[in-house]
Amino acid sequence: MIQLTIDGKKVSVEPGQTVLDAAREGNIPIPTLCSHESLIPYGACRLCIVEVRHRNKTRLLASCTLPAAEGMEVTTNSEKVIRTRRMLAELLLARCPESKAIRNIAAQLGVEKTRFGKPHLKDNSAIVGTDGCILCGMCVRVCNDILKIGALGFEGRGASRRVVTPFEKPSEVCLSCGACSFVCPTGAIEHHRIRLHKPEPIPAEFEYGMVNRKPINIPFPQAVPRVPVIDPDTCMNFRTGGCKICEDNCGVHAIDHAQQEKIEQVEVGAIIVATGFELFDSRKLGRYGYGKLDNVLHALEFERMSHASGPTGGKILTKNGQPPKAVAILHCIGSRDENTNEYCSRVCCMYSLKFAHLVKEKTNAEVYNLYIDMRAFGKGYEEFYKRILGEGVHFIRGKCAEVTSAARTPEEKGKLIVVAEDTLLGMTRRLPVDMVILSAGLIPGKDSDKLGRILGISCSQGGFFLEKHPKLAPVDAINDGIFFAGACQGPKDIPDAVAQGAAAAAGALSLIDKGKVVLEPITAEIDEKRCAGCQLCVANCPYGAIEYNKEKKISIVTEELCKGCGTCVAGCPSGAARQKNFEDVQILAEIEGILTAS
Amino acid sequence: MAKPKVAFYWCASCGGCEETIVDLAEDVLKVVEAVDIVLWPVALDYKLEHVKAWQPGEVTVAFINGTVRLSEQLEWVRLLREKCPFVIAFGSCAHLGGIPGLANATSRAEIFANKYHRSPTIDNPQKAVPLISSSVDGHHLDLPEFFKDAKPLDQVIPVDYYLPGCPPPPENVAAAFTAILENKLPPKCSVIGVDKALCESCPRNETKPDDFTITRFKRVATSTPDPEKCFLAEGFLCMGPATRGGCGERCIKGNMPCRGCFGPTPDTLDAGLKMISAIASHGEADTEEAAKAFADSLVDPLGTLYRFSLPASMLRRRAMAGAEQ
Repeated sequence: MIQLTIDGKKVSVEPGQTVLDAAREGNIPIPTLCSHESLIPYGACRLCIVEVRHRNKTRLLASCTLPAAEGMEVTTNSEKVIRTRRMLAELLLARCPESKAIRNIAAQLGVEKTRFGKPHLKDNSAIVGTDGCILCGMCVRVCNDILKIGALGFEGRGASRRVVTPFEKPSEVCLSCGACSFVCPTGAIEHHRIRLHKPEPIPAEFEYGMVNRKPINIPFPQAVPRVPVIDPDTCMNFRTGGCKICEDNCGVHAIDHAQQEKIEQVEVGAIIVATGFELFDSRKLGRYGYGKLDNVLHALEFERMSHASGPTGGKILTKNGQPPKAVAILHCIGSRDENTNEYCSRVCCMYSLKFAHLVKEKTNAEVYNLYIDMRAFGKGYEEFYKRILGEGVHFIRGKCAEVTSAARTPEEKGKLIVVAEDTLLGMTRRLPVDMVILSAGLIPGKDSDKLGRILGISCSQGGFFLEKHPKLAPVDAINDGIFFAGACQGPKDIPDAVAQGAAAAAGALSLIDKGKVVLEPITAEIDEKRCAGCQLCVANCPYGAIEYNKEKKISIVTEELCKGCGTCVAGCPSGAARQKNFEDVQILAEIEGILTAS
Repeated sequence: MAKPKVAFYWCASCGGCEETIVDLAEDVLKVVEAVDIVLWPVALDYKLEHVKAWQPGEVTVAFINGTVRLSEQLEWVRLLREKCPFVIAFGSCAHLGGIPGLANATSRAEIFANKYHRSPTIDNPQKAVPLISSSVDGHHLDLPEFFKDAKPLDQVIPVDYYLPGCPPPPENVAAAFTAILENKLPPKCSVIGVDKALCESCPRNETKPDDFTITRFKRVATSTPDPEKCFLAEGFLCMGPATRGGCGERCIKGNMPCRGCFGPTPDTLDAGLKMISAIASHGEADTEEAAKAFADSLVDPLGTLYRFSLPASMLRRRAMAGAEQ
């Protein structure tokens, strides 16, 4: 450690640190404009000058570029320092009289006016704001040294010096990252003059693009583990190899850009499949205007909007920032519909009632629920339905025909018009509303097929994973040791998913606890004397129970895995695979018996 | 002790099985040295009366090839069965029905119409067909009856052993002779071959991947198979997995997929059906149309899957109404 004295205060710092670092360590204020922790000190603005004693003399030096040395005596507030800083401030003020940042720092140093006139500068307006650039070069350095892009540079010398892009044209290499504007101490950068390509916002996936996110972000508030992730598609480091500003800023050095995705193989005895569901894509039903009309939201978008940690902080707002006066909630979007999914998604009726309640509570808007049947099947659900009925929510029995913005009457103008047949009134209704919420159904994950093939489990109608038995084994997969939890097995609400999850965990635990498995009595076997090793059965086995033995040159059934389905038996071209108790000779004898009897 | 006597007889056959005796080459001399050939229509002149005159057991073994198609053939094979302690079905036709057995896919009337009416080299304005008994200008002619079905030998007489193959490989014929001469006979009704499917001895089986799917079948007529790789995995329908081995992989070595002449393995009733379920599980089709295209790419399924075995299979023949026959 190095010990030095600043304004009579003893400060110790690591070797290699500057006097400015030491002053900050000792909480001694030094004004700066061009210092940034990610940039190598450059000493451009000179405002950080301090007086350093050297033998019998003192010298004025820029503290940001001055390495701290043992026994050094530094003064930051001597009259000489203050006088010089004021002079510097006056000069800066003369150059940039309009700049707010300069005026602020000058005021801090007690300078309100400058004695000097504005110098005759070559017009700098092509690239960065004319007024405000103090030629500290932070933008140039961050672009070249940190982001490794090199879209900016200095041109000219002396009074002609200025910051430009090549040929003073919007730069093709500029990636529109905005780091130059970010570091500019005076806010002088006019970014649209530098870039050729417009910056693309990065929509936050969890908020369904209602707000934007950064390349490094915590994906959602309840993320487990709650640590940030770097999106390699947008992170500047993955594009240019530079930046890593987040690494510099992280106090505990937890960020590692070299980290790679890893595939880890884990040997387990039981697998719980809890891959969940996806929301039905409302774009598929164009007549409801999702994706085309403003203020048509799907259920999860509204869920985020109404959430206290969501993009609007829990306020229910239309696109123009106003709370809606009327809201329609359309049930059964992509459920109970022969054209999309025939099944009932089970959860939509109840979440639609919750939405109705939230809209009513937060905005007191008129709420219309357009339903086919109300299915309030769970504990306390019917009571909740009754309560919502009492809150003055309108319930219209009829499926919405379309959502349109084509007004027929003056009161429909500027509204979304929900057209539906009210089957209880026996008439068509046109409801002018400000917001439409589509209660979209639940569909299986788009790669559940693939996962099914990997795990050897099949999908039931609708594409959700098929359980072993709908009543007796609703948590088990057909394969031993695989269990389902939640909506991957079928649409279900939170209490049901929690119950199934607990059952799946218990199922997995019971296997671990017992330490042994019960086998099927009727399995297939492959006759060694008959098998020619053609291997056609290996891929046929849905349970992965058959292996080709290269030494014996035959296929062998692993009895522990065989479920006795008989696929290999049917597919064996040479009759070597046999099903115990269902051998060909037995079946033929049975057929013969039947035919003789008749 | 006198040399054992041997008879060869042919039914509906192409003569290839006779050829295989000749293909014994110099070994045929050993055969002649060891046995007396007393009947061989392809080489020796002999009449039915001579055979009728044999004492039962006088001739030890009859090798009968060809499919039983005519009443004359039935008469001969019954007679030989009566006279000989051992009857051997020789070649695919006698064993399973063979190529002539594919006639069971059509009818007698259709066969006659093709042969005697439609054939471009036939001038037959009266539309005459062969009759069992006919008189022309006072001359009487009897012809053997052309049966409704082509039949393998064991559907008309009991058979002691089978020598499969189209034709049987000379090595197997030599081995059969040795077994008879040395009295080292396998159990009755055995098929001389191995009990496992051809894949076991196929030199290409090692190249077969763990899993493969076929979207379209390829044909040797339109594309050349890789000389090293498993035919089936490459998309050529090879009957090897469903066919008894022991043939010496003659076709495989000639870069042709197995055609199934050795017939089904011992435990299967119908090699064609077995092969259908085996390839169906390796066909890939996501849609109904793709499945149809997959099925359609197998040109002539009957002639491919049952090339040698239709009359002996569970199908036996095409079902037909009375008039069609």
